[in-house]
Amino acid sequence: MIRTALVLAGLGLGLTAVMAQSNPIAERQQTMKAVGAATREGAAMAKGDAAFDATKAQAVFKTYADAAKKMPTLFPDSSKTGGETTAAPKIWEDQAGFKAAFAKFETDASAGATVANLDGFRTAFGAATKNCGTCHEAYRIKK
Amino acid sequence: MLLLRRLFVTLVLLAVVGFAGFYVLTDPRVVSPSPEIGALPAADVENGKLLFSAGGCTSCHATPGQDDKWRLGGGLALESPFGTFHAPNISPHTRDGIGNWGVQDFVDAMAAGVSPSGQHLYPSFPYTSYRLMPPKALADLFAYIRTLPPVEGKAAPHDLRFPFNIRRVVGGWKLLFFERAPFRPDPAKSEAWNRGAYLVNGPGHCAECHSARNALGAIVPSTRFAGGPDPEGKGWVPNITQSEKGLAKWSKEEIAELLKTGFTPSFDNVGGSMAAVVRNIAQLPEADRMAMAEYLKSLPAIEGPERPQAKAP
Repeated sequence: MIRTALVLAGLGLGLTAVMAQSNPIAERQQTMKAVGAATREGAAMAKGDAAFDATKAQAVFKTYADAAKKMPTLFPDSSKTGGETTAAPKIWEDQAGFKAAFAKFETDASAGATVANLDGFRTAFGAATKNCGTCHEAYRIKK
Repeated sequence: MLLLRRLFVTLVLLAVVGFAGFYVLTDPRVVSPSPEIGALPAADVENGKLLFSAGGCTSCHATPGQDDKWRLGGGLALESPFGTFHAPNISPHTRDGIGNWGVQDFVDAMAAGVSPSGQHLYPSFPYTSYRLMPPKALADLFAYIRTLPPVEGKAAPHDLRFPFNIRRVVGGWKLLFFERAPFRPDPAKSEAWNRGAYLVNGPGHCAECHSARNALGAIVPSTRFAGGPDPEGKGWVPNITQSEKGLAKWSKEEIAELLKTGFTPSFDNVGGSMAAVVRNIAQLPEADRMAMAEYLKSLPAIEGPERPQAKAP
């Protein structure tokens, strides 16, 4: 009985993973949209267009860290083309470098997880968003 | 019989005259004469540094595979329909770089596309844009490059298909597509607009990627700034005219922001070689980025080539 339940649970987990992978291009585009939306909030605070709010600021870095963990899993070999993807072939030629880029993004994002004031936020936000350009330069084609 | 012989002689004569004409007209000194530089004031190295950033010289000339963007040893391979170009060493190394060049040599290369030995340079080196820079600006840029470290070693020679491997052919290309004239400001426009027009068209050489090219690799004037297939391979270079597909909805401030941080108004961040362009243009004063934006906002809307439809996921 217990064994059956475990097997079923295992199957269930596997199935969930498969479903998440069923449209990785759409999913990674969604993930990046969320990163863009967080950056919009963050930039408004960094520039002083919006009042600094520690909860919102920390949420920005949470979005970044979650994306950094999730993104490297969303590029299976079957997702090299289609769906207006702008993924560069280099992602699959240089998996190690690609994963390292997200590991660095995650580290930089974690540094902002506990920001409490505007100055600290600006520093962490600047460091985290530097990753956008460096990663896109290598692993994304123009569009 | 006599008629045939006359015909033959006429044809040979025509061929000789045609070849002689081609030979004379494609001579580097005839099709792209050396610019007069006259007496120049002492070089302004700071201005040279600004122009070096505006042109993004390191993007092509820095030695690939190392992080020092100021080591201009060359070697980057540029794939093209004509073969592979290799960016040369432009560090001030006296044997392998341009350490032995004089100001006139540098001006000839940048504004006329001619090497110190009097040969045509290939327009993969965008002298088609740099020619807009006046001799004074080029002398400043040259002075700045001379402050950078000399790098030993020559880059591989270009690997081009026949007939493109014959440099004289570039003379014919210049006859068709190259006009050697410096930038002329438009007195009816503002100072900022003129500064922007100069930076965008001259040192910034934006049109070199943001336009479609014809079968001979020349920019199609009617598509200037309207985008097209990425000349460096995969992808699509965006339209930067005032078309709805381009920058019609962007404010000047948003364009200047992209040129500084890489962020679009929807907080996407530009990729590919534009990332390096942003890093370089970010070194310019804010007023220069705003001037570039001012000029770009004045470009008439051009629809440009149709993007291929994306395949369904």
